[in-house]
Amino acid sequence: MLTQALFRALDKKAIWLVAILIAVAILVPASNLLLPNGHPLRLPNYAVPLFGKYLTFAMLALALDLVWGYCGILSLGHGAFFAIGGYGMGMYLMRQIGDRGVYANPVLPDFMVFLNWKELPWYWHGFDNFWFAMLMVMLVPALLAFVFGFLAFRSRVTGVYLSIITQAMTYALLLAFFRNDMGFGGNNGLTDFKEILGAPISADTTRAALFAASAIALALAVLVCSMVVNSKLGKVMVAVRDAESRARFLGYRVEYVKLFAFVVSAIIAGIAGALYVPQVGIINPGEFEPANSIEVVIWTAVGGRGTIIGPIIGAIMVNVGKSYFTGAFPEFWLFALGALFVITTLFLPKGIVGLIGQYRTLTTKREQHDRSAPSPADVEAGADPQPKAAE
Amino acid sequence: MTFSRLLATLTVLLGTLLAPAYAQTADAELTQLVDALAPGSFKDREAAIAALVATGDTRVVPLLQTLAEGDLYASEADGKVVFITGSGATLGLVDPVTLAELGEAPKADLEKVKVNNSLRRVIRTAIGQLTLLSDDPRIRRSAAQSILHDADPANLELLEGSIAAETDPQIRQIMETARAVIILQTDATLEDKQAALPLVAAIGGRDALTLLTGALTNSPDELKPSIQASIDGLARDRAVWDAAQNVWYGISLGSVLLLAAIGLAITFGVMGVINMAHGEMVMLGAYTTYMVQETIRQSAPQLFDYSLAIALPLAFLVTALIGIAIERGVIRWLYGRALETLLATWGISLILQQSVRSIFGPTNRQVGNPSWMTGSFELGGLSITWSRLWIVVFAMVVFIALLLVLKRTALGLQMRAVTQNRRMASAMGIRTPFVDAMTFGLGSGVAGLAGVALSQIDNVSPNLGQGYIIDSFMVVVFGGVGNLWGTLVGALTLGIANKFLEPYAGAVLGKILILVLIILFIQRRPRGLFALKGRSVEA
Repeated sequence: MLTQALFRALDKKAIWLVAILIAVAILVPASNLLLPNGHPLRLPNYAVPLFGKYLTFAMLALALDLVWGYCGILSLGHGAFFAIGGYGMGMYLMRQIGDRGVYANPVLPDFMVFLNWKELPWYWHGFDNFWFAMLMVMLVPALLAFVFGFLAFRSRVTGVYLSIITQAMTYALLLAFFRNDMGFGGNNGLTDFKEILGAPISADTTRAALFAASAIALALAVLVCSMVVNSKLGKVMVAVRDAESRARFLGYRVEYVKLFAFVVSAIIAGIAGALYVPQVGIINPGEFEPANSIEVVIWTAVGGRGTIIGPIIGAIMVNVGKSYFTGAFPEFWLFALGALFVITTLFLPKGIVGLIGQYRTLTTKREQHDRSAPSPADVEAGADPQPKAAE
Repeated sequence: MTFSRLLATLTVLLGTLLAPAYAQTADAELTQLVDALAPGSFKDREAAIAALVATGDTRVVPLLQTLAEGDLYASEADGKVVFITGSGATLGLVDPVTLAELGEAPKADLEKVKVNNSLRRVIRTAIGQLTLLSDDPRIRRSAAQSILHDADPANLELLEGSIAAETDPQIRQIMETARAVIILQTDATLEDKQAALPLVAAIGGRDALTLLTGALTNSPDELKPSIQASIDGLARDRAVWDAAQNVWYGISLGSVLLLAAIGLAITFGVMGVINMAHGEMVMLGAYTTYMVQETIRQSAPQLFDYSLAIALPLAFLVTALIGIAIERGVIRWLYGRALETLLATWGISLILQQSVRSIFGPTNRQVGNPSWMTGSFELGGLSITWSRLWIVVFAMVVFIALLLVLKRTALGLQMRAVTQNRRMASAMGIRTPFVDAMTFGLGSGVAGLAGVALSQIDNVSPNLGQGYIIDSFMVVVFGGVGNLWGTLVGALTLGIANKFLEPYAGAVLGKILILVLIILFIQRRPRGLFALKGRSVEA
């Protein structure tokens, strides 16, 4: 049954995407490690963790796409799941420092010694074990998403209201993680990592390995997402997105469908966060900023929501742009980002991927009447609780 | 202290003090005593001050004040003590006794007459002694208050002398209270202390509580129960006043939230549009105030007290026009796509923020309080700042004005109609696009008004709006849309709840609790406290 689902998931586009990602996972580390310095095709050292970071962002965007593009839930708090995953990884890395910290305490991380804590809080136990930490990276976001989603979807909080309370959720977490008493390093977060699974964290080989892991994790996420959206459940998700009440009246348990999508999405976001932290070397409460979560939305929107490849393209493009602009014209970046929000919503409702589709339908319109599946932007107008303005 | 301020103090003091035939020491003698301030240790200086006080000369008062502020200098060459004027490398010198100008000297040739904290206390008491017997009731009153504040047993004798001489009953009461406070500290007889107790308790508030708690330890055992009883009574009063103070803080916070959220509530209610750029409208209102004040500072400083009155209509106009421009330019293409409007307005908010940052710089801008908004007053045990009080009043005025606009004008009628049933309203001939533009303009304009008010209590920086946007959302979501009363109740509830949680949970944890409570509340009432009842069913 699973193989069947896999085969269905692996439509032509998804196969190509996975193949490309695996090729990237091999080629980028190879070009960095094997080619001699100065070779025109050699990737410079700084670029490997940078590109790795883009891949984790792409994964986060993909996670958001699963709930927003396919299920119509605009979460403005997906950064929270990402950050929680990051903190899970950060806790493991903190425990790996051992007695090499400033205060040389074999058990307590430096910031706890600094705060005069005597023993490890209960929720830090077990994080010295990599597999336990990875389990938590998935479980904790999943649990948060489950509880939050269960409450919200059961009482039919939808649309803008849901967006706002997801934003409130990440804001509350932001405030909470800023507190020193929480035991997550407060303002400074977790940093000064030394090694991961015994390998020094800033070594070129470790970074190459982390990059490869990010690419493979993204490929797996693509597989999972395309499996979900191509299944019957995926069809129901689209139905919920396009006409929630109608789906409910047809007998589908809308809240469970949404809950499923939300939890799967939170797990993917958590894994993305866990891969992000060792590559940038720090996790702090700033990741919970509501503004960060909204930025994720624009990555997804620019690339094209309701497609698997769209959010990946969007996340990478926007972040490459961000790296370039914040370096070259720091003043200009927010203008560009703001304009991107406006232009995308006004002129590119289906994103860049949709643009290609639009072009194709334009050229082939005459021969072939529009038989393509409805995309979210076409139908959302009808699905919205607010009646359309008089045209 | 600049010389002009010094001069002003001097004229007031001299004008009132020199007239009576009170001990006037010869200039030369006094000068000698004054010069004795400069050399030696702090101990010598204390003796010199005592000698000065012993003269009873009123000219000593400004001198001591200057000394306490650390603005008294002595010439390094001959040790003469002088007042100084001006600033920079060369300073003007003034004789502290005759107030005659003594020419100029380079700063390097002058040495500051140093004071430390214990010396400052000595000086304060000395000034109190000099002024307690003054002829001006105002000076006597402030002197009595300063003695009451310090409660130095050394002043007891002096105080008793002045109580006997005091004619003004109010000032006498202050003096008696001060005496009572001192008596409680010393080892006076039991009867004296018993008589002093009610007077001290009558001071009320935190001060009396501290005094009595201090007195509890060094009092005879017979007195302890009655002191404890007074303490308990005071503590009960304090608890009531503290609660009242919390309510006031809550109302104050609530009115700020109301101002920030009410414009949002209108646009959200009528158009179903979440305007993420709302916070930036508040910020633009604050910057308009800044511009108005800058213009006034440069061209007409005497109008400064009216700056807010000028800024209000301007801020409304500026933000309303920007709001209408946003509505016509972007939002009207996105009707029916609420989530996309949210993203587009977020983009606009980023652009507005960065524009302001590029034009005015990222740092805070100085917006002044007009004189009628500075300071505070006491109401029973409440301390109320004028700026907060005016903001509460202003929020209520804005609220009532909006209520009137919605209920009493043609536009308000149309807005309500569109809120309730857009298609039907359209069918009845209401130009819904026009109503939308006007609504968005009105909501943005109200945000601008909020910005004028918030510029008085918050930092005016490009991030001003960001701090309020999530709180405003919470208010709107909690209160429910399409009903201004919901916004009022929501804002005040959240404000007061926040302030009541703060003492127990701390500011940050209190805020987190509120957010969690709202998230849970939304589960119970997904459309807020005052949900709009109607036939608008989800698709």
